[in-house]
Amino acid sequence: MAGCTNDPYRSSEKGANVFYTTFNEPPKHLDPARAYSSDEYDLIGQIYEPPLQYHYLARPYELEPRNTGRVPEPLYYDKEMRALDHDAPAQRVWRAVYEIKVNKGVMYQPHPAFATDAFGKALYLGLKPQDVKDVHEIKDFRATGARELKADDYIYGIMRLADPQIESPVLSILEKYILGLKEFSDLLRIDLEEARARRRAVRGASYNQTVDEKEDPIALDYRRHPLPGVEKVDDHTFRITLKAKYPQFVYWLAMPFFSPLPREADLFYKQGPLADRNITLDRFPVGTGPYMIDTFNPNMEIVLARNKNFHEEGYPRRGEEGDLASGLLRDAGKDLPFIDRIVFKLEKEAIPRWNKFLQGYYDTSGITSDSFDQAVSVSAAGRAELTDAMKKKGIRLATSVRPSTYYCGFNMLDGAVGGYGPDKRKLRQAVSIALDYEEYIEIFNNGRGIPAMSPLPPGIFGHIEGADGVDPYVYGWDRARNRPVRKSIEEARRLMEEAGYPGGRDGEGRPLVITFDNPWTGVDASTMINWYIKRFKLLGIQLENRTTDYNRFQEKMLKGNFQFFCWGWNADYPDPENFLFLLAGPNSKVSSQGENVSNYSSPEFDRLFRIMENMDNSPERLKVIREMLSIAQRDGPWVWGYHPVAFALLHDWVGNVKSNAMANNTMKYLKIDATLRERRREGWNRPDLRPIWAIAIVLALGSIPAIISIVRKRAGKKK
Amino acid sequence: MLTYIIRRILYAIPIVIGVNLLTALLFFYVNTPDDMARKILGEKNVTPAAIENWKRDHGYSLPSFINGKERGAARLTQTIFFQKSVPLLWLDFGRSDRNNIDIGSEIRSRMWASLAISLPTFTLGVFLEIVFAMALAYFRGTYLDLWGVVLGVVMMSVSALFYIIGGQYLLGKELKLFPISGYDHGIYSMKFLVLPVVIGVLSSVGVGIRFYRTVFLEETGKDYIRTARAKGLSEGAVLFKHALKNAMIPILTNVVVSIPFLFYGSLLMETFFAIPGLGSFTIDAIQSQDFAIVRSMVYLGSLLYIAGLILTDISYTLVDPRVRFE
Amino acid sequence: MPIILSTDLIVYFLIAMTVYFSVGVRREGTLRTAWHELKRKRLAMVSMAILAVYLGVALLDSIRYRDAVVDGNGAAVRSAQGSTVYSPQALSLLDRAFAGSRLDTEKTYSAPFAAHLYTKESVELADGTVARDYPELKHPGGHWLGTDKVGNDVFFAALKGVRTGVVIGAGTTIIIIPFAIFFGVIAGYYGGAVDDIVQYVYTTLSSIPGVLLIVAFMLLFGGSGYQGGFISEKDLAAGVFVPNDRLFWLCLILGITSWTDLCRLIRGETLKLRELEYVQASRAFGVSGLRILYRHIVPNVMHLVLITFVLQFSGLVLAEAVLSYIGIGVGPEMGSWGNMINTARLELSREPVVWWNLLAAFAFMFAIVLPANIFGDAVRDALDPRLRMR
Repeated sequence: MAGCTNDPYRSSEKGANVFYTTFNEPPKHLDPARAYSSDEYDLIGQIYEPPLQYHYLARPYELEPRNTGRVPEPLYYDKEMRALDHDAPAQRVWRAVYEIKVNKGVMYQPHPAFATDAFGKALYLGLKPQDVKDVHEIKDFRATGARELKADDYIYGIMRLADPQIESPVLSILEKYILGLKEFSDLLRIDLEEARARRRAVRGASYNQTVDEKEDPIALDYRRHPLPGVEKVDDHTFRITLKAKYPQFVYWLAMPFFSPLPREADLFYKQGPLADRNITLDRFPVGTGPYMIDTFNPNMEIVLARNKNFHEEGYPRRGEEGDLASGLLRDAGKDLPFIDRIVFKLEKEAIPRWNKFLQGYYDTSGITSDSFDQAVSVSAAGRAELTDAMKKKGIRLATSVRPSTYYCGFNMLDGAVGGYGPDKRKLRQAVSIALDYEEYIEIFNNGRGIPAMSPLPPGIFGHIEGADGVDPYVYGWDRARNRPVRKSIEEARRLMEEAGYPGGRDGEGRPLVITFDNPWTGVDASTMINWYIKRFKLLGIQLENRTTDYNRFQEKMLKGNFQFFCWGWNADYPDPENFLFLLAGPNSKVSSQGENVSNYSSPEFDRLFRIMENMDNSPERLKVIREMLSIAQRDGPWVWGYHPVAFALLHDWVGNVKSNAMANNTMKYLKIDATLRERRREGWNRPDLRPIWAIAIVLALGSIPAIISIVRKRAGKKK
Repeated sequence: MLTYIIRRILYAIPIVIGVNLLTALLFFYVNTPDDMARKILGEKNVTPAAIENWKRDHGYSLPSFINGKERGAARLTQTIFFQKSVPLLWLDFGRSDRNNIDIGSEIRSRMWASLAISLPTFTLGVFLEIVFAMALAYFRGTYLDLWGVVLGVVMMSVSALFYIIGGQYLLGKELKLFPISGYDHGIYSMKFLVLPVVIGVLSSVGVGIRFYRTVFLEETGKDYIRTARAKGLSEGAVLFKHALKNAMIPILTNVVVSIPFLFYGSLLMETFFAIPGLGSFTIDAIQSQDFAIVRSMVYLGSLLYIAGLILTDISYTLVDPRVRFE
Repeated sequence: MPIILSTDLIVYFLIAMTVYFSVGVRREGTLRTAWHELKRKRLAMVSMAILAVYLGVALLDSIRYRDAVVDGNGAAVRSAQGSTVYSPQALSLLDRAFAGSRLDTEKTYSAPFAAHLYTKESVELADGTVARDYPELKHPGGHWLGTDKVGNDVFFAALKGVRTGVVIGAGTTIIIIPFAIFFGVIAGYYGGAVDDIVQYVYTTLSSIPGVLLIVAFMLLFGGSGYQGGFISEKDLAAGVFVPNDRLFWLCLILGITSWTDLCRLIRGETLKLRELEYVQASRAFGVSGLRILYRHIVPNVMHLVLITFVLQFSGLVLAEAVLSYIGIGVGPEMGSWGNMINTARLELSREPVVWWNLLAAFAFMFAIVLPANIFGDAVRDALDPRLRMR
């Protein structure tokens, strides 16, 4: 009993330079061509290095090269391949060429795929099941090797995106831009089908595609077909050619999809016996980054260890105003990374995660709605501050607006709520007013959100603060207090009347019933739905809830079989184009399976969108965006909803933390003070054994009657 | 004896096939491959073409049960049922739909975590249940018996969820005696196991005590016990020597049937305590709708159940020579 | 305009059964002796009274009708065809009786009998500055068990869980009784191939892990069913009876996974009954098999049905909570203790702790499961002579 401890780690880990954090579900893909979720990026961001990265400290977000000479400037060409100016109009641009220079001397992490024998032949190709009897992890291979990063690796990585077996989630988008990618991927698909047909012919009726490809994966040879959009200039230079002007493309170069991938590694993992042991590229990445996978046990923990081959990279020397004062530049120029090992522990449940953070076993934590009051209080000035209990523990708070938006929308194709007539607009405006997101944020997010005026969150070009940015159909402006005021519910009711639904009843007196589609599950779902029902009821509208699982939800969205829905969007890159395209007519979900779920289509908006998407950030662009926003605000296809604000808590032994919503490779900048952490943990976690003694005493007392009765029985017998 | 066992196993074969057919029917009807593809391909940029390709690459583009386009044996073999469900019969679980992991090797590696928690819970639970049940039977009719039964009924009237939530809150958070959740390998797993085992025992012990108490009471009501008592044997001796021995059959029925299921783990315990066993494997698969895994687990569960039945029958014959191998 | 859900029928049937037995108790022999046995146990009688209260609440919550829509002046609204327009929501008698608790919602958490909200909020003062304070409730002291996250009355929510609990506990067994009796009796009586087939079916079914079968089934059928709140246009168009009810599907699949035990019991009992003299005699006289089954066998296995019914009740109520945890229980708008526990789980990590949601669910659940267990034991002791000796 005295040995009781709530320390979840082995005692050998005490005082080590290790960072402890969590993941809440096993990552599905660590393959950079497939990974597309933030928890996967948390891992591979530290391992793979795409050509660009976001500057850690600078704001607004700014790209910087990573193992490449500089941020590439596109060269534009017209149909005759004549060079064009940088600000050439989009319709004249025929090709856009990005040339990327790769630094020399960058080495990959040590990995068995690079291991060679005395003759330079790969050591671990052509493995048989008996060769890998004792191999359970990548660590179990005795020999490793490494080699220099080359332009070919980037090219190979892009070619893999087109491999039909990979199912890259961005292939369909990139096919629109990269020259020849579509044709290339179609040819690969034909190759794949041919390979399958050949195997089928050999096996006959007993052919089982899944089993067959499990035992012997099909390795397509990408070199058989040309990919004109990606060409190698020399060993350390390559070019990407786009079919159109697409200024946002540089942001793509900071996403893991464009990471270099050595061909050796791909071939290594395409061996049946390895796949049989779950040793795949999806679990054991091969990169040039500061960390490499040490342990991959997605059901328990994932451990990253320092990559000893990591190239030189220094902590940034400049930052935003105030970074110097807050000590964020103290380590300027020092070699990265600072921490030896990063331990990700699986924590599916919010309560244990939170409690272990408070006990000092995790170094950082988010805040759930339920632990909010314990951690944060909002000061009289309306600013979020940590509670005294947190301050006493030395915990610090970091906030950041995420580049995302949670919105609800109407189906513009629907007869009752859609359409562009003034009455329909008024109906939607009334709903927009009634859905009081100030209250919603207060109840469900503890104020961690900003009611949206348009799809553009703060920090994105085009977002306007203050009176100018307010949606005039939903808000007024309170000059005295200098803040927006939601229009009153009476005004919304009046709008309902003008829309032809006085008191929520149509001309025949039937109540207006609107169906509400959402894929919500989890503990808050029912209370959230109830909130929506309550708010609609204020207008006399009956909201009919239709919660379904995510599949059916998507299917309904695709078919346009809905009236009102709620969804969210996380930006891929910090550009207004990545938000406003959600309202562009050509992206309509029903007609072209795009991401415009409410199927909003306004010719004027679409015209401006085409202009805006090819502009650089400039006052002209801002003007176009404002025009677009006012059109959208008038039509009201969405209830704009809110932009979530992320709150993160940090213990005082963690240093160099600055929230960066775009970058995913930030762990190399972090620093910890392990001795301080050890001291704190010991102070906070003294086991309390008193109740155990109390229970023991109660049990002892409780058994007294039993003993007495035995004694009596015995005595009785003797008589 | 051997022929008996073989016959029992042969008898199980049609059941195994029936389970296989039923699960295939359920899973390919419940969740059409289109649904699966949509869910797995993610939220952004899912085009119908991508769904078609996914189905083709994962062998779901075939017809369900009969392939009209093929000839001969291929009419049957080139179907989803044959390719996805039939290999289960020889325990080839294949790959998961979502992330292509090898299910068989995943099951083998997760099994131990499940056992690490279910085996101590089970043995400790059965032991305590029998001990307390015998104590109650010994004190039957007294107020100890009455309060014991009442306590048992009260304990079984509380949802397992309350035990888990309360246990984590009190022992983990407030008293800081054990880690709230988590797991580690080998010897290091000890400190993680205490809390779930204690809670697991607490939540099941009420039902067990009540059951075994009736078993013992039934046994002690029988004639031979009366004879033993009349011979002047002490009550304790009667209970231990005679009643316990004869109560073995109902105890065995209860115990042996559950043994194979220990491998299967506990859905609730494993999710709450973040133990990487088969139970949490199943729950994860359900929540992410990875039906290749769910199908495998259903099938595995059925096999374990059938194994339990066979084991029970065999153990009868070992305990009670009167049972013949008919 | 009345609305009857398929689960309402279960409650009605349960009431009818109770009435039938309370009448039957006076008449018939074995039941009468059992009743006298039962009456002697005070604890069992108290339990029965509590169960009756729960049943009463469930009944109140199962009689529902749609209100006519009224306009601003209180006059009934008529459609173009001149027929009355009804609201798509069918409120039950319970909803109407507790209209106050149902409608007097607060903004968010408040403790039992509190006069202020449980959390501080930014309150704007007259001079435009913002302060953090506990705002006053709209109905101070009016919420006996406090309010939940969106300010709904917890007492009422717990009360709404009663019907769900009773329907799950009772409905599951009720739905499968006919099948269990039929298959159990024919398997036991005819033996041979019939017995083999029935045994094969129930062994196969029971060897599939129950939870997984339930998950698959609920994904297939449960999605479109009525989940509380408004009734969809499609279901309303069908008329007064709404068969597509998620709770009903849940009962059905729970039944499918649990009928095998009862079936096995009945089969065993029938095997014994078949060899009894009077059954043998009837057979010798050439009475048809079906008639024997109906006259002699079925009435003599009914006590097993009754015992199983009461004994399974508590387990099923507990199972509902667990299923809701996995996310395949009843819908979010239908009151259920499982859903309450699920939300309350997170509330325990709040500081200060929000305990009343968990307590309410615990208390309401405990208060039905405990009497059900006690009553079940008593019924078994009274009906099954094997366990009566003590």
